[in-house]
Amino acid sequence: MVKAGASGAGGGAGGGASGKEEIAAWSMTQAAAGLARGEVTSRQLTEIMLERIAASDNNAYITVNPQALAEADAADARRRAGKARSGADGIPVALKDNICVRGLPTTCASRMLANFTPPYSAAVAERLAEAGTVLLGKLNMDEFAMGSTSEHSYFGPVKNPRNPARVAGGSSGGAAAAVAEDLAYLALGTDTGGSVRQPAAFCGAVGLKPTYGRISRFGVVAFASSLDQVGPITKTVADCAWALSLLAGGDPRDSSSLPHPPADYIAGLRGVAGLADAGGSGYGGGGGNGGGRGSDGDGGRDTYGNGTVFGAGQGGRPRIGVPREYMGEGIQAEVRRAVSDLAAKMAAAGAAVEECSLPRAEYALSAYYVISSAEACSNLGRYDGVKYGYRANNYDSLEDMIRRSRSEGFGDEVKRRILLGTYTLSAGYFDAYYKRAQQARTLIMEDFRQAFQRYDALLIPTSPVTAWRRGADFADPSAVYAMDLCTVSVNVAGLPAISLPWGTDGDGLPIGAQLIGAPLSEALLLRIAHGAEELGAAVNSRRPNAGIGTGPAVGAARDAGAGSAASPASGSASSTGAGSAADAAGDAGAGRSEGGRLDG
Amino acid sequence: MKITRETVIRVAGLAKLALTEAETERLTHEMGKIVEFADKLAELELTAVAPTTHAVQMENVYRADELKPSYPREEILANGPERDDTCFLVPKAVDGEGPEW
Amino acid sequence: MAESEYQTVIGLEVHAELDTASKIYCGCGTAFGGEENTQVCPVCAGLPGVLPALNRRAVEFCVMAGLALGCEINTYSRQDRKHYFYPDLPKAFQTSQFDLPLCRGGYVDIEAGGQAKRIQLTRIHIEEDAGKLIHGPAGTRVDYNRCGVPLIEIVTEPDFSNAGEVYAFLEALREILLYSGVSNCRMEEGSLRCDINLSIHREGEPLGTRTEMKNLNSFSAAKAAVEYEEKRQRQVLAQGGRITQATLRWDDARGLNYVMRSKEDADEYFYFPEPDIMPIALSAAEIQAIGARLPELPQARRRRYRETLGLSDYDARLLTSAKAFSDLLDEAVALGAPAKLCANFIMGDITRLLGEAGLPPERLPFGGAALAELTALIAQGDLSNSMGSKVVESLFAPACAGQSPKEIVAAKGLSQVSDQAALQAMCRQVIEENPQVAADYRGGKTKAIAALVGQVMKLSRGKANPALVNQILADLLA
Repeated sequence: MVKAGASGAGGGAGGGASGKEEIAAWSMTQAAAGLARGEVTSRQLTEIMLERIAASDNNAYITVNPQALAEADAADARRRAGKARSGADGIPVALKDNICVRGLPTTCASRMLANFTPPYSAAVAERLAEAGTVLLGKLNMDEFAMGSTSEHSYFGPVKNPRNPARVAGGSSGGAAAAVAEDLAYLALGTDTGGSVRQPAAFCGAVGLKPTYGRISRFGVVAFASSLDQVGPITKTVADCAWALSLLAGGDPRDSSSLPHPPADYIAGLRGVAGLADAGGSGYGGGGGNGGGRGSDGDGGRDTYGNGTVFGAGQGGRPRIGVPREYMGEGIQAEVRRAVSDLAAKMAAAGAAVEECSLPRAEYALSAYYVISSAEACSNLGRYDGVKYGYRANNYDSLEDMIRRSRSEGFGDEVKRRILLGTYTLSAGYFDAYYKRAQQARTLIMEDFRQAFQRYDALLIPTSPVTAWRRGADFADPSAVYAMDLCTVSVNVAGLPAISLPWGTDGDGLPIGAQLIGAPLSEALLLRIAHGAEELGAAVNSRRPNAGIGTGPAVGAARDAGAGSAASPASGSASSTGAGSAADAAGDAGAGRSEGGRLDG
Repeated sequence: MKITRETVIRVAGLAKLALTEAETERLTHEMGKIVEFADKLAELELTAVAPTTHAVQMENVYRADELKPSYPREEILANGPERDDTCFLVPKAVDGEGPEW
Repeated sequence: MAESEYQTVIGLEVHAELDTASKIYCGCGTAFGGEENTQVCPVCAGLPGVLPALNRRAVEFCVMAGLALGCEINTYSRQDRKHYFYPDLPKAFQTSQFDLPLCRGGYVDIEAGGQAKRIQLTRIHIEEDAGKLIHGPAGTRVDYNRCGVPLIEIVTEPDFSNAGEVYAFLEALREILLYSGVSNCRMEEGSLRCDINLSIHREGEPLGTRTEMKNLNSFSAAKAAVEYEEKRQRQVLAQGGRITQATLRWDDARGLNYVMRSKEDADEYFYFPEPDIMPIALSAAEIQAIGARLPELPQARRRRYRETLGLSDYDARLLTSAKAFSDLLDEAVALGAPAKLCANFIMGDITRLLGEAGLPPERLPFGGAALAELTALIAQGDLSNSMGSKVVESLFAPACAGQSPKEIVAAKGLSQVSDQAALQAMCRQVIEENPQVAADYRGGKTKAIAALVGQVMKLSRGKANPALVNQILADLLA
């Protein structure tokens, strides 16, 4: 394997087969630098991606955009004319298939919407298009984003690129698999209970779930409205920071979107140096810019404004808490060891790391499943065969048409959630379930609020286990739901969190470490994650040639047309290629006993 | 709470889902397990705790009363499973045609 | 047992469409009668992924209605989802308000059967209207134009005991909403409609089982439906039967109710807080500012007409029966016109001419300025009352469109003759031609002068100033 920097600079882009692989393995930042230097064209990047997508059998894509090459040519023309829209102009990207794009099917991986083509685009699709990115296509997922394996898809399961016998995680499994297998430089997923972070962890990618409201949800098919948030999946932390700066900001079409101006998410990235200095500004609470939202310029009131946000961050050493509730029983030993190892290395690099507690954490799963299912049953009522979506062929009345269309159009997991939601909202059970879940939500938020008075970020695993086998036989759905242990509380509290790869388990499967921040502290969170990523370059199992873009490199790439030689930073030479093969072989035989352990 | 077969059938009716015998059987078991999971909330002392309905605490987010162009009718109807030139079509809605009183 | 032993208990839920330019959660228009599915976008058609954005004016109009109806305005309010499956509801939920409505309490004072009564309101909340289903032999067609038109739902206490009270309430409520400017209340367009809950019981006994009648869209239909259902329930009980809970739909053409739903499938709406819309928090100052924009309401106007303008209670009621009349009067009076004279024209010629032209009061072809000019001419003695009527007729005539009363008077030569010499000549002529009448007057029959005045008016073709004629005749005959 050749280092990306060398290959990018030297080997003629799009040249031989190995050249294509190296280019495909570039991070988004490196690809942007390649475009900026004129080493590659958007058409070349796009062709490489399309070839790889066609050759891949991981089932990451549901739809390939027939306009991708035309978009690439347009981007190249803009760049030639010195009119690149942004540093990302011409970068091939992909979207989870619950994000609407005008004129392209948006299926939510459901039979229900298999033939649905929206006449509008999601705000995030518009923003990426405004930045000039090339849309490669729409990504596979669990049906309506419900699941943590991406097996619940009408279009078949997604395979984990690190080991095709394993699940890719979910529900944004297609997005994680696409990035991990170099089928896109950036993929957007959605995260309702971990659906960006967990598949990123399973596939060895970086996944960011921003603060609730940081990115507009307009045009993103709703699963659970008070929990859903769009998030980027990328190869590096710097790419995530860049993607966030392309996407963040208020939107008058989404009343829950936060009006606070986005911070500069890239400027503060310092690699390991960021672990000794949290930086005095540029993060935390969006600098007290509360108010001033709505198209009629009306001041919305909110509790994030006025700089009274929780989150300490007075500069100096970042303070990292490791909540013991997520480091005990029920966490795969290798995962626990990996996270402890990261904590120790962060401390050695200068961060103040200590154990802490989130006492009500154990209730987050229950609260999450009640709230998300209730909102889901409401959001999915509209699929009735009347105005779009699947309509049953045979029925004998209006009522029968609606019932059959829903029964035939939805898969099992979706039906389970609808039933649970309907049950918990129904007369006589509302107070016991829905109302209690909302009250528990208050307590869970309060735990985090207190924690962030002491810590800049919390460190826990992203998933209690690594990717399990496809088709694994869990005793019942609640055993799978329990796998969301480490991710759901972040959604319940509306917090930002990022998952980054940190080593592998005995089977060579990636382990994800998760950093959680206070509301709107993405800049600080990314800075800390960037430090961790650099620390991890040695232990990290991900292909080292996808260099971790550092601050200056990112800066150069962002600056459209700045032809300066961005040096794509530190890869490492740890063994990977071999690991993958051994991984696949090893898996076929042994297999671990997650199912049994989790049922206990 | 205990989930019975009858509960599943009742809830499925409310959710407009038709279940086969086998599905009803399986879902009764699965729902029982999931609800057990949700029952953990009963452990919490919550009498003095206000519910949180929105993950962000914003208020008064409005739009001005301004007209915007509607969508071309064809775009609205384009995904309709059954339609004519101007409307979606559904089987005859029988509301209000019960017995005369 | 005698039917009359039973008492009727009625409560109403009235829906009024708010007169906003755009829908409650999107920018589509609210105009009635557009071509099918032409006032529709992904938001109001409930397409996947789109989100609502709350129309500020809908909130303000609800608060204005609440203030006009004496409600307490909640300083913290929220929207909730109310779920049911039906093709006219594209999201399968109606965004409404459940436990935290914008307005609580309030009342409407009515007069029915010669009795004054106060009907208490429970609450008023905002919600969205549903679409329209067009039933045909082959199936049902679905039109979403009306989806998302903002509504207020006004819920009363069960304070009514007969159809007359329901009718009087709806009239009074309509008047207040119209004056508030929040709804055009056009029942024929469905912008005001009500649901009626009705039960009967014997005095001293608990309330009976109630039935609900849906979507009554005229006052007379509401009255007829109440009378019909009241009678039916009495007959059922008289025959020893039991009333069962049901939702009924009134068929106005046939004058009877259909059963929509019976008790077995009781409503279950799964209300929960709408996560996509932020709560509404109103300070006392904001509520006051909204209230300051509320126009003067009919009761206050009537009081002012009696106390400040010196009009009778009867006049005040007639004048406020239509907001357009009341506005016309206020406009003219503000320009210095005499109130009583204006009132007489409004209740007389203007009402008659509108009726003949088949126009509602708000379509009156002239404004307060014209009425002020007309009454000023009369007050100055330049125009007689009867000539004034002719001027009003001309104001209605298309041929005179755009002309002011002065211009009409000039063009038609309607000006009153106040020229002393000309009048004296006419008076002399009339005395000469009617010697007997003149003799009668001189003989002490003072009333005889009226006949002479009439002759002079006739001679002048109505243009003579009657007061002056009277004076001159008296002088000549003295």
